[in-house]
Amino acid sequence: MKSMTTRTRTFVSAIAVASAMSIGSAGAQERDVTIAVSIPAATHGWTGGVVYHAEQAEKEIEASFPNIDVVLSTASSASAQVSALEDLSATRDLDALVILPFTSEELTGPVEQVKSNGTFIAVVDRGLADPSIQDLYVAGDNIAVGANTAHWLADQLGGEGEIVVLRGIPTVIDDERIKGFSDVIAETNINILDIQYANWNQDEAFTLMQDYLAKYPKIDAVWANDDDMLLGVIEAIDQAGREDIRFALGGNGMKQVIEMVKEGDERTPISTPYPPSMIKSAIYMTAGQFAGQAPMRGSFLLDAPLITPENADQFYFPDSPF
Amino acid sequence: MTTATATVATADEGRRIRWADLAPFIALGVIVFLGVLINSNFASTANLINVITRSAFIAIIAVGATFVISSGGLDLSVGSMMAFVTGIMIMTMNGLAPAYGGWAIVMGAGVALVVGALCGLFNGLIITVGRIEPFIVTLGTMGIFRAFITFMTDGGSLPIDRSLREAYRPVYFGDFLGVPYPVLITLAVVLLGAFLLYRTKYGRRLTSVGSNAEVARFSGVNVGRVRAAAYVIQGLCVAVAAICYVPRLGAATPTTGQLWELQVITAVVIGGTLLRGGRGRIWGTVAGALILEIIANVMVLSDMVSEYLVGAVQGAIIIIAMLAHRFTGSR
Repeated sequence: MKSMTTRTRTFVSAIAVASAMSIGSAGAQERDVTIAVSIPAATHGWTGGVVYHAEQAEKEIEASFPNIDVVLSTASSASAQVSALEDLSATRDLDALVILPFTSEELTGPVEQVKSNGTFIAVVDRGLADPSIQDLYVAGDNIAVGANTAHWLADQLGGEGEIVVLRGIPTVIDDERIKGFSDVIAETNINILDIQYANWNQDEAFTLMQDYLAKYPKIDAVWANDDDMLLGVIEAIDQAGREDIRFALGGNGMKQVIEMVKEGDERTPISTPYPPSMIKSAIYMTAGQFAGQAPMRGSFLLDAPLITPENADQFYFPDSPF
Repeated sequence: MTTATATVATADEGRRIRWADLAPFIALGVIVFLGVLINSNFASTANLINVITRSAFIAIIAVGATFVISSGGLDLSVGSMMAFVTGIMIMTMNGLAPAYGGWAIVMGAGVALVVGALCGLFNGLIITVGRIEPFIVTLGTMGIFRAFITFMTDGGSLPIDRSLREAYRPVYFGDFLGVPYPVLITLAVVLLGAFLLYRTKYGRRLTSVGSNAEVARFSGVNVGRVRAAAYVIQGLCVAVAAICYVPRLGAATPTTGQLWELQVITAVVIGGTLLRGGRGRIWGTVAGALILEIIANVMVLSDMVSEYLVGAVQGAIIIIAMLAHRFTGSR
């Protein structure tokens, strides 16, 4: 068995040498560090953004660090992601794994398995059931997405008014955003007229907003907890020709909405990021361990600062699908 | 001789058959009545126009589904197919916009109809020539079309060219003498569908294939061709729905049309078409589509139900409507 493993290892590094040489001029140095990246497939806007940023990181890191090979794998379900992990660790010697787990519980065991071979583990966005497995954890702050939006809105409305809210798919992410938002609103005189699910879907948000508009003759502001839904909301408001709605806000930092913020849209002057680029940050942090000596351990919670016309450029990725 | 028997039977059961046929319209009336009681805003013109307009997509696709289901088939791919056709149409329009301006919309719509018909033909041929269960075939194409639209959008969204947006918007938001265009388009599709199903030889063959394929075959009906044609009709209806859909939000995304297949099948069955085939009810289907949309609307307008339980109430209303249908039908 043991000799098998060493043989496999030699074989793999032989391939690595061969592929490095085939790359040609740049490949004088051998790519002897492998970083595997396992992420969900692009099934909606946000995961589309994750795939985009992971691909960018792969290109940039391989170009700047000739010894690092980044292997990207996407999966369309939790079980497919488990299989992908098995395939990755069976065919290569992984130095590091950067993973955005589909679900916490199902992926914990398989990631632990990979870790037992001495692989560095970086977990992104969704935590594993056992946090001791991860060496590095990078995530956004869903509570802050809701809370920061609520603080800004409360300021603008002078602490009072009538608002409606559209929420996403019943999940932890959605619950946290709603909690962050409604906890702040509860301390003001702002009245939340209605909260309903629109499943992070543009069409359903359009329909729901039409119904809100029919039901409430006066609405001061609307918050959709995702920018995809916000686009449907805005279409419904425009069609109804309602002038009473002063603010229509979203969250997530979708590129179409950032464009509106940049243009100084009066109804949508801000957004809050829950950036898919966090996968890129995690890949860079991981690469830092192997490219130079930049040790990094711990949990990193990305803040959700307001995106305003002044800083919108930092959050704007014109080529990304999201 | 057969005519005589049939006449006797109709005279005998006339009253009961009429009640069964009316069931979906009675259910529609009851739900509208409840809506008015629950919230006065329900009956406002703006709200009613919104609801009727947005039920157009499901209604148009469901007219096609009425054909497929009465022929004894099933099409689970309609939602994904709608998204796929939408994507192709937007790409065509964007590609042609610089050269042809506003005409790109008409050409894109034409391409959509062709693509929709081809998608339907693809389903139909695999089912009839390949002799595979429609459930499995369309489950497969559902995945294929969904993957195509995800690929075309890179998981994000595929927006229509800004120069076309304004010209195209009225197809969803505009109206003729106060009647929104999507409603007029639905009406045209329904009239055509009703004519085809009730007044032509093809329609009679379709229902005979649905009620008993063997008997139809022995009486000289080309069962495969009749069935495949039903899927082509379905594909065309999907394309018409896509043409009305694009001007609303101006974009296709991987979640466009998601789970619409279930709404479509529900609308068809509420409308009185038999899921096992052999009987189609075009006007009932339209009532079914309206019922679904109005229930959702009333749920939002009422404050009685927790946001977590809306789905349960919708499901219960559908089951109650079907039970009422069954009892009025068998009395």
